[in-house]
Amino acid sequence: MVPTVRITVPSALLRGAAGLALAMLVAAGGARAADEDVWPALEKDLFGGRTVVEDTNAVVLEAPYRAEDAALVPLTIRIPAASAKTMKKLMLVIDKNPAPLVADFTFGPAAGDGERVIETRVRVDMYSNIRAIVETGDGKLVMATKFVKAAGGCSAPALKDTDAVLAEAGKMQIKHLAATADGQRVGQIKIRHPQYSGLQLNQATGYYIPAKFLRVIDVARGGERVFRMEGGISLSEDPNIRFTYAGGGDEAIEVTAEDTDGKVFKGQAGPKGS
Amino acid sequence: MPARDPFRLDRRSLLRAATAFAALAAALPVPSRRARAEASRSAAPFAVEIAPGVHVHAGQIAEYAPDNEGDVSNAGFIVGKEAVAVIDTGGSAHVGARLRAAVRSVTPLPIRYVINTHMHPDHVFGNAAFEQDKPHFVAHHKLARGLSARADRYLSVNKEAIGEAAFAGTRVVLPTLAVTDPLTLDLGGRQLQLTAQKTAHTDNDLVIRDDETGTLFLGDLLFSQHAPSLDGSILGWISVLDALTKMPAQRVVPGHGPASMAWPDAAKPLRHYLEVLTTEIRALIKDNRTLSDATATVGLSEKDAWKLFADYHARNVSAAFAELEWE
Repeated sequence: MVPTVRITVPSALLRGAAGLALAMLVAAGGARAADEDVWPALEKDLFGGRTVVEDTNAVVLEAPYRAEDAALVPLTIRIPAASAKTMKKLMLVIDKNPAPLVADFTFGPAAGDGERVIETRVRVDMYSNIRAIVETGDGKLVMATKFVKAAGGCSAPALKDTDAVLAEAGKMQIKHLAATADGQRVGQIKIRHPQYSGLQLNQATGYYIPAKFLRVIDVARGGERVFRMEGGISLSEDPNIRFTYAGGGDEAIEVTAEDTDGKVFKGQAGPKGS
Repeated sequence: MPARDPFRLDRRSLLRAATAFAALAAALPVPSRRARAEASRSAAPFAVEIAPGVHVHAGQIAEYAPDNEGDVSNAGFIVGKEAVAVIDTGGSAHVGARLRAAVRSVTPLPIRYVINTHMHPDHVFGNAAFEQDKPHFVAHHKLARGLSARADRYLSVNKEAIGEAAFAGTRVVLPTLAVTDPLTLDLGGRQLQLTAQKTAHTDNDLVIRDDETGTLFLGDLLFSQHAPSLDGSILGWISVLDALTKMPAQRVVPGHGPASMAWPDAAKPLRHYLEVLTTEIRALIKDNRTLSDATATVGLSEKDAWKLFADYHARNVSAAFAELEWE
């Protein structure tokens, strides 16, 4: 009998900002030179010896080759219907970010049976491979990889207007968008949050601005889970996720998010808007 | 253009000459070399007097590069009866030192104030050259926070862009006098009015008005020729620009572009650019299109209106989209 394989993610990889975790990670990975291949070590840390196979038939990743803004790099992940039906997890990894695991999506019954599409925005700290990794229904790990030229997305604050963002933290927008060709519903959630990475030095005080970011985002449709995302500091300020889901009797989208301070933010919207 | 290009050509020819005659120069008597350097300087003064007592250096329309030492923005100074105020200091301590030399070539009066129009490195990195004058470093009250948070990156990126030698001596010098409410500085028989703006180009833009000549120093609230860069709020910028264009002024000094421009006409191209971005992005958002759609399609009609368009435009669209989708 083959034991059930669970992907366990050390929380340290999600929270690279926490001093000790970061120190350990850097010690393990060494200095991240631009040409250094850190993937073998990351693969081992994240998946404990299991091999992730490049397979663009099972997952597609769209990313700009050269990012306009390293703190706001748009990613689109497409999982064909054939693998979407059975898959359980999607992970986004940016090899050379201080916290390489960007987000870990677990899907629920309301995620739908058609092509599954997730779009979000990430921070890229230096030229790096970005990976979308899917655990398929039969326990295989497959991925799509894209190299992105961008730098400074984690350590430089993206905050254009610091006061406005802090004043509105937790404000949510939930949208129902037009359905896809194969009948999947499309939703979009936006949550105001500074997503402090913990890597931004305040020279006036000599202290790092403490990390503060959304740890979990739960999205449901009519009480059924679409996905649960566990995230880290590499998700851009004002997290923004577009996603496909299945229609049902109750069309309301419900969102619950919690940040690292334990603050819980809730939002809910029927199909007529938020 | 006229104020900038002669200097640029001159400096290039100087560098070329320095390379070509390096061996010869070493053998020449010292006075010849000095005479040649002085001749080249007097041919192209570092700053021009755009109004009585108001001197402006027009930096190159360029990104930080080894051949410009970070001299890629405008800077100036105003001379009163008792003291001098410097407004922005260039993109490196070297450029700051050349600005300081320009002040000294005009007046021996003390430099009492060094004012920064906003936090960007091309406007503040020459501050260190003025520390010996023990001036008040004056800026918008939010500049210290904004610059501090970005300082490490600004220093490392720009040092790499122009090289260690050209960057030597460049440090972050934070303000000692923060402007919240309108502030008047007195240079002796000459008053400057400083007004902190709400978030526009950045969240720490400061406008300086010289009462005597009706000259406004707008910093990067006004771009000319050089593609605008949005690091604050596009809607805020439009509203600040609209308020400023209602203020009468004899002339204005942009953060990038000519040393002196007519007001309010100088604002038109920038106002149009911001309007085009806002209108097109709003249409995409209404259509539920994405950030990637926007950076690929918005504002391309403006391409030929600006230099360095490719370096700034798509990033502006990205920032504006992230702002406008919250409307």
